[in-house]
Amino acid sequence: MIEVISAARCTGCNICVQVCPTNVFAAVKGGIPVIARQDDCQTCYMCEVWCPDDALYVAPNADGTEGITEPELEAQGRFGSYRRSVGWAKGGRVAPAPQIMSRLRG
Amino acid sequence: MTSTADNLQVATRLDADVLVIGGGPAGTWAAITAAAQGAKVILADKGFCGTSGATAPSGTGVWYVPPDPGLRAKAMNSRWDMGGRLADPVWMRRVLDQTYSNVNLLSEWGHPFPQAADGTQIRTSLDGPDYMRLMRKRVKAAGVRILDHSPVLELLRDGSGAVAGAVGLRRQRGDLWQVQAGAVVIATGGCAFLSKALGCNVLTGDGYLMAAELGAELSGMEFSSAYAMAMEHGSVTKTRFYDWAEFTYADGSPIPGAASKGGRTAIARTLSAGKGVFARLNADAETQIAMRHAQPNFFVPLDRSGINPFTDRFPVTLRLEATVRGTGGLRLLDESCATSVPGLYAAGDAATRELICGAFTGGGSHNAAWAMSSGAWAGSGAAQFARGQRGRAAQLYRAGGVGIREGKGARIDAAGLTHAVREIVLPYENTYQRHGARLEASLSTLDGLWASARSADEASRDEALRTREGLAMLATARWMYRSALARTESRGMHKREDFPQADEAQRHHIISGGLDEVWTTPAPVAGPALEVLAA
Ligand SMILES: Cc1cc2nc3c(=O)[nH]c(=O)nc-3n(C[C@H](O)[C@H](O)[C@H](O)COP(=O)(O)OP(=O)(O)OC[C@H]3O[C@@H](n4cnc5c(N)ncnc54)[C@H](O)[C@@H]3O)c2cc1C
Ligand code: SF4
Ligand code: SF4
Repeated sequence: MIEVISAARCTGCNICVQVCPTNVFAAVKGGIPVIARQDDCQTCYMCEVWCPDDALYVAPNADGTEGITEPELEAQGRFGSYRRSVGWAKGGRVAPAPQIMSRLRG
Repeated sequence: MTSTADNLQVATRLDADVLVIGGGPAGTWAAITAAAQGAKVILADKGFCGTSGATAPSGTGVWYVPPDPGLRAKAMNSRWDMGGRLADPVWMRRVLDQTYSNVNLLSEWGHPFPQAADGTQIRTSLDGPDYMRLMRKRVKAAGVRILDHSPVLELLRDGSGAVAGAVGLRRQRGDLWQVQAGAVVIATGGCAFLSKALGCNVLTGDGYLMAAELGAELSGMEFSSAYAMAMEHGSVTKTRFYDWAEFTYADGSPIPGAASKGGRTAIARTLSAGKGVFARLNADAETQIAMRHAQPNFFVPLDRSGINPFTDRFPVTLRLEATVRGTGGLRLLDESCATSVPGLYAAGDAATRELICGAFTGGGSHNAAWAMSSGAWAGSGAAQFARGQRGRAAQLYRAGGVGIREGKGARIDAAGLTHAVREIVLPYENTYQRHGARLEASLSTLDGLWASARSADEASRDEALRTREGLAMLATARWMYRSALARTESRGMHKREDFPQADEAQRHHIISGGLDEVWTTPAPVAGPALEVLAA
C-alpha cells in the first residue's frame, strides 16, 4: 500500500491526486497532498511511475501497512526505483542485447 | 417502474454522439475510432484514463501474428482445444487482422517497442504504463472529452428502450454529471471482486449491471474462475515467470503436481488446506537480466521485500481475477459488438471473449488483442448508430434501479454487502473448484442478499459508488454461479468436481441474464466441431 509522501521531495504538483485510479490522495490548498484513503489503495504503483519528483513510496504489502519511514527509504535509495526501472526517469530504459532478451522466447 | 431523469440533481449536463464508459484499452480504442468517424465523443472513467484498469499497471502480451497463413493457422489452433472448441474461427480471423493493424498503428504513434537482433521491432507485448499513457494522448488528440474520476452509476434510456446516455458521479467533487448520447459503449472491464489483483480494484462488474438493467444478456459467465499468482500479500499477479518456478512446501519438499500451467489445482488445494506454497525461480544469469528488463513490475514487490526469487523460496498466493482473465461477459449480437439493447455496444473484458478463446483464459495475449479489436469495432458501430439518432426527442428515463432509487427499506450497507459477496466468491472451493451442492448453497445466500437489497432506499451520495459496486459484484456472482450450475460438465477453466469430464452434448454457450430472476439458456456455437483451423 501507499505509505509515504516525502515532504522533502514533493513539489505539490498534485499529479498523484489526478492519476491514482482509486482516489487515494486528497489535494490540500497551499500544501502537498495527503494520503486520505489508504485503505482504498490497490498497490498498483501507478502514482510512483507518474510522480515527477520521486516523492512517493508504495510498500509491497497489499493487505496491510509496514510502517517504513522516509529516512529508511532514502538510505536504501528506494524513492523513484520503479520509475527508473520502467524508463520514465532521465536516462530512459536501456535494453540488454537482443541475444539476451531472446532467452525469454519460445 | 419508470422514472424520468428530470428530477436528478445534476451539476453538469453534456451531450455527445457516443459516450464511452471506461478508459482502458477497449474504451480508448473505441473513443479514437468513433471520433475518427466524425462522432462527438465523451469518455468517462471511474479512475484516470491512462492508469486505471488491468492493463496500465500490468502490461500485456498481445496476440500479434503476421498475416502468414502458417503462423495464423498455428495461432488459431493454439487454444482451440483448451478452449473447449467454443471459439468462433470467423471472429478469431477478424481479431488477428484488426490487432495486427492496431499494433502497427501503435508503432507509428511511437510506442517504444523493443528491437530484435535483426533490427525489427518485437510487437508481441505492450508495456502497460507506456501503452496507456500513449492512448490517453491519442484520445485527447482525437478531440474526445475525457471525464476522469467520473464513475457511471446508471444508464439512461429513451421512451423506446434504446440507451440514451448515463449518469455518474464526479468523485472528487461529490456531485453528479449526466451525458445524453446517441449511443453508448460499455468498456468497464471485468470483475475481480476487489481482490487487489494488479490494477483490478476498479473492476467490479459495473458495466454488466448497468447493461443488464436495460435488458442486455451475458454469455459464458461460468468461465469466471481465473486466479493468478502473486507473492504472498503482493498485488503483482504477473504469472509468466512462474513458468520457471519450482513449488514446494515450507520445508522445501516439492508439492506433487504443482505447476504454474497445468498444475494450479495442486497449488489451490495446498493453499486452501492452509499450508503455504513456496516458489523459487530457476533461471541462469542472462535469463534473469532479460526477465528484469521485460517485466520490471514483477520484481518490485520481491525487491522491496528483500527477496531474491532466484535463490530464496518465497511464499505465493492466488488472487481472484474472475472475469478479468476469464472469458465471460456481455453477449454480442453482431460484428459491430452490439448488445441486444439498441444503441448499446460492449468491448474488452466487459464483453464475452468466448468468441476467440472459448472456455479457456483470455490472459497472456488474447484479451489484449480482443480489447483493442472489439474496442475499435464497438466505437465504429456506436458512431454509426449515433448518426441515426441525431435530433431524436429527448425525454430521458433512468435505467438504474437497486441502490440508487427511493425505496421502502433501509439503505444498503455497502461495506457489509461487499464483505458478504467476497466471503462467498473468493474461496477456491467455491469459484475455482466447483461442485453442484456448493454452487446451490452459494446461490441461495446470494439470491437472499439480492432480495433484501431490492427494496432498499437510495444510497447517500457518499456511498452511491460503493453501493453500486457491491450490487454489481453481487449480480455478477449470481450470473457466474447460475451459469456454472447450468453447465454440468468440465470444460476449459470451468471445473466441476461432480462432473469432471467434458460432455460433447454441452458444446454450446450458456447465455444468462436477469436481475430479480436470474436465468440461463444454452445457445449453439458457431464453430464447427473439428475444423482444422486454416487461416
Ligand atoms: C496482472 C494482469 C496481467 C495481464 N496480462 C495479460 C496479458 O499478458 N495478455 C493479455 O491478453 N491480457 C492480459 N491481462 C488482461 C488484460 O489486462 C485485460 O484483458 C485488458 O485490460 C482489458 O481491457 P479493458 O479496456 O476491457 O478493461 P480495463 O483495462 O480493465 O479497463 C476498464 C476501465 O473501466 C473503468 N471503469 C470500471 N467501472 C467503471 C464505471 N462504473 N464507470 C466508468 N468507468 C469504469 C476502469 O476504471 C478502467 O479504467 C492481464 C490482466 C492482469 C490483471
Ligand atoms: S505527484 Fe509527486 S510531486 Fe506531485 S504532488 Fe504527488 S507526491 Fe508530490
Ligand atoms: S499504488 Fe495505485 S492505488 Fe495505491 S495510491 Fe498509488 S496509484 Fe493509488
